[in-house]
Amino acid sequence: MTTFYNQLRAKLMDNNITDRMEKVPYRNLPKKWSFIALVFLLTFSFSQSAFASTSFLPTQAVDTAAGEKLFKANCAACHKLYKPATGPALFEVGDKYDREWLYKWIRNSQELVKSGDATAVKLFNEYNQSVMTAFPTLTNEDIDNIIAYTYTKKKTVAPPPVDPATAGGGGISNNIILAILALMFLMLIIVLVLVNKTLRRFAEAQGVELEEKEKSTPIWKAFVENQFLVLSTSIFLLLAAGYFAYGWMSQIDVNQGYAPVQPIHYSHRIHAGVNKIDCNYCHSSARKSKTSGIPSLNVCMNCHKNIGEVAAETLAEGQSEYGVDYNAEIQKLYAAVGWDEATQSYTGEEKPVKWVRIHNLPDFAYFNHSQHVTVAGVECQTCHGPVEEMEILEQHAPLTMGWCINCHRETNVNVADNEYYEKIHEELSKKYGKERLTAAEMGGLECGKCHY
Amino acid sequence: MASNKKYWKSVEELNENSSIVETLKQNEFVEPIPTDDFLGDKETLEASSTTRRDFLKYVGFTTAAASLAACEGPVIKSIPYVVAPDEIVPGVANYYATTIADGFDFANVLVKTREGRPIKIERNDLANHGGSVNARVHASVLSMYDQYRLQGPKVNGEDASWDELHTAVAGKLNETAGQDVVLLTQTFASPSTSQLIADFKAKYPNIRHVIYDAVSSSFAADAFQAKYGTRALADYDFSKAEVIVSVGADFIGDWQGGGYEAGYAKGRVPKDGKMSKHYQFEANMTLSGANADVRVPVTPSDQAKVLNALMGGSASGLADNVAEAVNKAKAQLAKAGAKGVIITGVQDAQMQEAVLNYNESVGSEVMDTANPRMTAMGNAADVANVMNGVVSGSVKGLITVGVNPVYSFPHSEFAAAYENLDFTLAFAMKEDETASKAKLVAATPHYLESWGDAQLKKGVFSLMQPTIRPLFNTQQFQDCLVQWTENGDSYYNYIKDMWSGTILADGGSWNQALHDGVYESAVEITTDADTAETTESSTSNGALSTTQGGMELTLYTKTGLGDGQQANNPWLQELPDPITRTTWDNYVTVSAADAKDLGLENWNVANGGLNGSYVNVKMAGVTIERVPVLIQPGQAKGSVGLALGYGRTDSVQSEMQTGVNAYRLYNNFSTTQGGVTLEKVSGEHEFACVQLHNTMMGRDIIRETTLEIFNTTKKDKHGEYAWNPMPKVSKDHQEIKVTDPGADLWDEFDRSIGHHFNLSIDLNSCTGCGACVIACHAENNVPVVGKSEMRRSRDMHWLRIDRYYSSEDSFADDLEKKENISGLGSSLSEFNEMESAAANPQVAFQPVMCQHCNHAPCETVCPVAATSHGRQGQNHMAYNRCVGTRYCANNCPYKVRRFNWFLYAENDEFDYNMNNDLGRMVLNPDVVVRSRGVMEKCSMCIQMTQKTILDAKRDGRPVKTNEFKTACSAACETGAIQFGDINDHDSEIFELKENKRMYHLLEAVGTEPNVFYQTKVRNTNEA
Repeated sequence: MTTFYNQLRAKLMDNNITDRMEKVPYRNLPKKWSFIALVFLLTFSFSQSAFASTSFLPTQAVDTAAGEKLFKANCAACHKLYKPATGPALFEVGDKYDREWLYKWIRNSQELVKSGDATAVKLFNEYNQSVMTAFPTLTNEDIDNIIAYTYTKKKTVAPPPVDPATAGGGGISNNIILAILALMFLMLIIVLVLVNKTLRRFAEAQGVELEEKEKSTPIWKAFVENQFLVLSTSIFLLLAAGYFAYGWMSQIDVNQGYAPVQPIHYSHRIHAGVNKIDCNYCHSSARKSKTSGIPSLNVCMNCHKNIGEVAAETLAEGQSEYGVDYNAEIQKLYAAVGWDEATQSYTGEEKPVKWVRIHNLPDFAYFNHSQHVTVAGVECQTCHGPVEEMEILEQHAPLTMGWCINCHRETNVNVADNEYYEKIHEELSKKYGKERLTAAEMGGLECGKCHY
Repeated sequence: MASNKKYWKSVEELNENSSIVETLKQNEFVEPIPTDDFLGDKETLEASSTTRRDFLKYVGFTTAAASLAACEGPVIKSIPYVVAPDEIVPGVANYYATTIADGFDFANVLVKTREGRPIKIERNDLANHGGSVNARVHASVLSMYDQYRLQGPKVNGEDASWDELHTAVAGKLNETAGQDVVLLTQTFASPSTSQLIADFKAKYPNIRHVIYDAVSSSFAADAFQAKYGTRALADYDFSKAEVIVSVGADFIGDWQGGGYEAGYAKGRVPKDGKMSKHYQFEANMTLSGANADVRVPVTPSDQAKVLNALMGGSASGLADNVAEAVNKAKAQLAKAGAKGVIITGVQDAQMQEAVLNYNESVGSEVMDTANPRMTAMGNAADVANVMNGVVSGSVKGLITVGVNPVYSFPHSEFAAAYENLDFTLAFAMKEDETASKAKLVAATPHYLESWGDAQLKKGVFSLMQPTIRPLFNTQQFQDCLVQWTENGDSYYNYIKDMWSGTILADGGSWNQALHDGVYESAVEITTDADTAETTESSTSNGALSTTQGGMELTLYTKTGLGDGQQANNPWLQELPDPITRTTWDNYVTVSAADAKDLGLENWNVANGGLNGSYVNVKMAGVTIERVPVLIQPGQAKGSVGLALGYGRTDSVQSEMQTGVNAYRLYNNFSTTQGGVTLEKVSGEHEFACVQLHNTMMGRDIIRETTLEIFNTTKKDKHGEYAWNPMPKVSKDHQEIKVTDPGADLWDEFDRSIGHHFNLSIDLNSCTGCGACVIACHAENNVPVVGKSEMRRSRDMHWLRIDRYYSSEDSFADDLEKKENISGLGSSLSEFNEMESAAANPQVAFQPVMCQHCNHAPCETVCPVAATSHGRQGQNHMAYNRCVGTRYCANNCPYKVRRFNWFLYAENDEFDYNMNNDLGRMVLNPDVVVRSRGVMEKCSMCIQMTQKTILDAKRDGRPVKTNEFKTACSAACETGAIQFGDINDHDSEIFELKENKRMYHLLEAVGTEPNVFYQTKVRNTNEA
């Protein structure tokens, strides 16, 4: 049946719908390389931390660690160390301004601006007159600590050298080994034949008589002559062919494991796994709508307005493990949503992202996320698998009708604290004589509940 | 035992010398088969480089490639919003209150939108005087997605920018300063627009504003103006009426804007032994006549006499049966006093005024003149003045807004004169007959893309708000006025400012008013009539007092097309006319007696299609050629009817250019015309009529009784009423009820747990208006199949409204006649007689959809179990499982299953809304579009019931009483269709199920349907 609604959407936005689904080959990076990269990375990061010294020496002992804590709690929302954000970049800020001026500015910048201080006014205007929060509670010592922290040098992790010749070489080396093995096997056979021949010649020369085998009917002839055997074999072959043909046809368009290349390499592993962001934060409509909703880009920007690049370790990991530059992917997001990092503003030039849809339920099957997420309280992972471990999202479940039905047969209805179920549950449990009822017993197997 | 008989195959063999016989002995055929004709000549064949082998190779390769390619699914893209609007959650519908005011239909509506696309129109329950949400209003959402709409403004036939248009208009306005320029508009009923037009006139004092309603209520408005001083139309609340006497007023149809059926139906349901009594004197068979207790066919010229007689005059000159009915009506009116009302459609202002006087003199509670209707304000005399002015050349410029005079003016020379006008500016949604000839064309948006306000009834204000961004480069007329009169930056701000200063001055909130769509306020405000000054005295008269010879014509508007604005809407073209059950056409309706005299015929052909004769309709020098004839039972002898709104040609798809343009006969803007002659011409017209059998023949399909019997009959020994008997079957020589468990072959489902849905249809309040059919169309993605398929009875409507005529004077007489048939001879002749309807038959309507039988015959015969039963009472249909054997349709006693003979979507053979990107926007994303070869039918809107249940589950509450709805029950203005859960004993549906009028359709079959009907009760009481 034609999927009008989706097709229409796709057609309106994209005329190129004729290309076919391609499965992503597993990225076969040899373990060896990842190990080397890890060693390389570790050595580098250690050597870097040794350099994290302070060129600025305050009069009293400063605590960079405390400064970092304060920075992250109070400043990081608007300031980055090496890049301008809402406010200017703060790297080595202690060298740019007078220390006393900084104390005043941080405690109450507006007072300073109003007093007509030239530096303050200039700075205020430079950053779109956005008012900086006043921090009157910070002591001089605190501020010193923060400033000390701003002298932390940028960590740079050199990407592991990627040799184009060996980048995809895992397969080739295996083949070579196989070829060598095959060659050796072939040689062995030749040698054996030769030895046999030589031995026979010796035997002949020595006059040893070799027993000749009596000629028997060849086995194929015996098989053909036995009609019963032929009949039973052909029946067996037909049945086997039927079995495999059925099996093969049943998997047509069952796209379990489908993991297409997406226009932006979005890692669920980092977002849902490492950072433990709740699924519903981005897929908010799953709670109230039939679709879980692909988050609109403004949802991404809630966080990515401030997260312009990933931590150095993450970047290195991405490059070595998955061959992806995460920062470049974030830039793709900025390009799509029209965010200009330099001016920290939206340009209005939007380029919607054309994601490749992974879970495609046919039009004639009605599925409602909110029924399962909100009412039944089913975990997202039950159907979507361990998304928090997936670098590239793939279709975990087969999404076949048998798979739906099985779950409805086995899963008990979540009736707790839901007044809707009170009466019907009481009556049904009386009828079936048990306390817990499955979705199937509630009528969850009826055709019309999903097909209309 | 040999025989020497000689067998011969043809006469030719008897001729011994025949060469043919000789040839046939040698060859199979006499002449060589002309293979060269279809193979081409030998030379070309040999010259071709493709050998047979190559050809087979290509075929084999492409087949293999195609089947391999089919094993992979297409890549589907999903594109989310960049910045999602706050109010839109993909997959969840939003509703907005707005108002339709297109010059013909005025109503407060609720618009359902999905992902920012309007997909359905619903009634706004907050609006108590919401006008009529009829079939056309329900279908109007599709008219927005019309691919023939104007996509931008035009100057001299070329696409232009709005700046260019505004400059050109300003130039023309200055050029024509001091000359007679007419602003010809529809009735807007919009206070803010009236204000803007007043400002516009102040700036260009030479401009005359004239309101033009394509189908005029001018005579009634003139009468109201003469009597009460303001131009308006009296409003009526028929729920308060005990006796309604209508003379030529089809008030259940489109009389004075329509929308009276809700009140009417309230009085028609017997309550405490009482219901209203309805007399109808009319020429055409209308919806009102079909619903009346007493219907008297009266020609238009006699209607004036009937009115006179009713209001105290003499009944002389009237036929005996008419005079008798008039006397009875008069007596009942007298008895009813203030609870009685006379209404009329007689095309005469003085008569109309006399009726207003009469109703006022009896103190009729039904009529409301204090808060009259503000729609249809046009003045026919003024419009005629403009029409003649353009033809004579005295009018120098014509600005038309929302009207299509080139199509709808009766003057034959108007089109040519309009084309020669120097300054013509048309505000139009489509390049219609007028816009295509205008020098300047301003493309206007659909009402669902517009801002606006309206005062449909005095003191009741409503707002219009856009529900989607304009699809094309359009500007509202009002926005242009704001710009021309320098009244701020946008019409939206203009309305808002005006409302806060006037209508909301009592402290009302703009946001609340916008949310509700309606706001009641007693403030006096500018109306259309204030800017359109009447130039002639209102003594208009279009009535036929004396017979002018020939036949009398009554022009009417059909439920589907109305005044013809939405002619390009396939839903409306395919909506069967409630009376004739004919689609995709207009036609002359004639009485059987006249047809016989003129030799006109209707007959059915082998495939069930209806054919008819053609006539030329001649009147006062105008001839409309080749109009099909439909013989209409109940048509007054000597009168004919013809529907307006057909015969559109410009910006209308060729499939939808149906019928003839009856506006050519709309002289003096009077719907009744005399001196019409019909002249039979050769040819057969093929109608697309969906009902083959028109009479009930005494069958037990529609149960009917009279108020007297209903009130007086006591229960019999079975606990039943004689007028509503339960069919019995014999078991072990004992009579038992068909619903008795002993008569049951089946294992009963346990339906006492959870929901059990039932649908009730009250035959007393169903007026046959067809709104439910269109609502079902929109909700369930029902396809449009086109005229030729409709003719083959392959309509796809999930819900049909059957119309039955009695073959005797009443259905009761039919029954009696059937009972008295005895013997073969008698049954042959009398059953035959009962197949044709009476000259003035009783009429009954019966909506029939899938009856959702608990013991469904369709379910047991499906070989693949594609149709099955749900515990909630719905009969499910799994389209993806259906293989199209059609066993179910054959086994269905109600004939409600519909088969997809073709692929109706994305198929150029069915070039309707599902075949273009724009038209498909209206599809409901929650319901699948069916493919070729599968069966479909009413699902009892399972997507709606499931949604209601899910909403309750999500909120963690039980489903509220009466919360369940289907598309048809939600659309039913009269409340005839009610839906609900009978396991909820507080619900309305439970009460209806227990009602003594309740019966099941074809109960004797034992299907135990979940749809039930309420017996029709007719009020035959006489004074």
